[in-house]
Amino acid sequence: MSVTVDQDQALIDDVRWVAEEVAAKHADSVDRDARFPEETIAALRERQALSAFVPRELGGAGVSFEALASACYELGRRCGASAMVFAMHQIQVATIVRHLDDAPWFEEYLRELVAEQRLIASVTSEVGTGGDMGRSIASVEPSGDGTGRFEKQAPTVSYGAHADDLLTTLRRSPEAEPGDQVCVLTRKDQHTLEPTGSWDPLGMRGTCSPGNVVRAEFPLEQVLPTQFAAVMNESMVPISHILWSHLWLGIATDAFDRARTFVRAAAKRKPGEQPPTALRLSVLMSELSLLRAEVYSGLREFVEASADDRARLSEMATILRFNNLKIAASEQAPRVCQGALGVCGIVGFKNDTPFSVGRHLRDTMSACLMVANERIHQTNASLLLIAKEV
Amino acid sequence: MHDEIRQILAQHGRLPVDVQTLSDDADLYEAGMTSHASVNVMLGLEDHFDIEFPDRMLKRSVFESINAIAAALSELREEAAV
Repeated sequence: MSVTVDQDQALIDDVRWVAEEVAAKHADSVDRDARFPEETIAALRERQALSAFVPRELGGAGVSFEALASACYELGRRCGASAMVFAMHQIQVATIVRHLDDAPWFEEYLRELVAEQRLIASVTSEVGTGGDMGRSIASVEPSGDGTGRFEKQAPTVSYGAHADDLLTTLRRSPEAEPGDQVCVLTRKDQHTLEPTGSWDPLGMRGTCSPGNVVRAEFPLEQVLPTQFAAVMNESMVPISHILWSHLWLGIATDAFDRARTFVRAAAKRKPGEQPPTALRLSVLMSELSLLRAEVYSGLREFVEASADDRARLSEMATILRFNNLKIAASEQAPRVCQGALGVCGIVGFKNDTPFSVGRHLRDTMSACLMVANERIHQTNASLLLIAKEV
Repeated sequence: MHDEIRQILAQHGRLPVDVQTLSDDADLYEAGMTSHASVNVMLGLEDHFDIEFPDRMLKRSVFESINAIAAALSELREEAAV
């Protein structure tokens, strides 16, 4: 137990150091040039942070899920795009760790991930599925000699060109129904990415997520044994929603901190007189605390549900719970950033002051689109017809 | 009970195959039942058998085959009888 606690603290301290000393320094150029945060990822690699969640028996640090969430928050406070790349990578690692089902190929893969600090990107969305991750068009096409191939049209692949490996969702076979899916892990020398668009978005610019046609050939043992429906409900969806919301909270917290610094500076200029923005800051604090409460309770409920019986995560009431976390956090985070802009005024609006919050606002505006909230509401609306206690 | 379940699946399951061709333990999701259709199947079952599935039963595994649905219904009836 104490070993895990030490490992947890070590990860959080390391990631906080990387966030403050590396990510913060490069955040503006990553954002301005829409470039991959290579310095941050290199520093995380050096500290073995990419394999922190891999169990100790496979060579990793075996940190808790809570520690991963805190790490996303720390990075989010300094560079939203770095935090998103780290979070998305950890979602793939956690998915493999929780569902490898003793498959020898995946155990060996995780050992290599530890040794080489490999970065995993995901290819879950697909042109033509209307944003529904639970359905695929592309399939695993067996070649008959123990290998398979696929070709998938992906509308976005975050940092695909910078990743070592890809985790791709596909129909199990050419005959399988759209919802009968598996995940396949392929290495850089087994797949090709053909970009189908450019990348000049409003925010989260450093995630480098253009569309791609992904083609791969691979041995069939690289198909994760567990059916994707279980992987999605028990891990990929709730873990995504929790790690994303932690990094959104990190971005919003930094926007709030900038607003607070601004108000304190104003107060110091006229001692004994409350600056008019102080009241707005107080209002903003209550908005931030609502976001924090939702994010922390979501994490706690996930950890509890995972501990007693992971199948509970497949129950509709639980699916609704983590969908709500995503909707609430993705709407509240930009609200806090916009409030911080209201406090800081023109110096917040300018991109080159210590109170700039433009990047924060733009980065958090991506939150409601990453799995569109509209799509999640459609799922919730259907589940609400039958779920009893929500 | 199995026949009644098949009837409800035929009405609400929107399966791309004929329900009668599926065995009692065939995986309904593999056969093409979407999660949206499965909600309608659950509503249909609640209405037809005049029962309510508690939240602990509202998960994929309970509705993945005709046998699994029948087992859940029997469990609910036994509970109601106690």
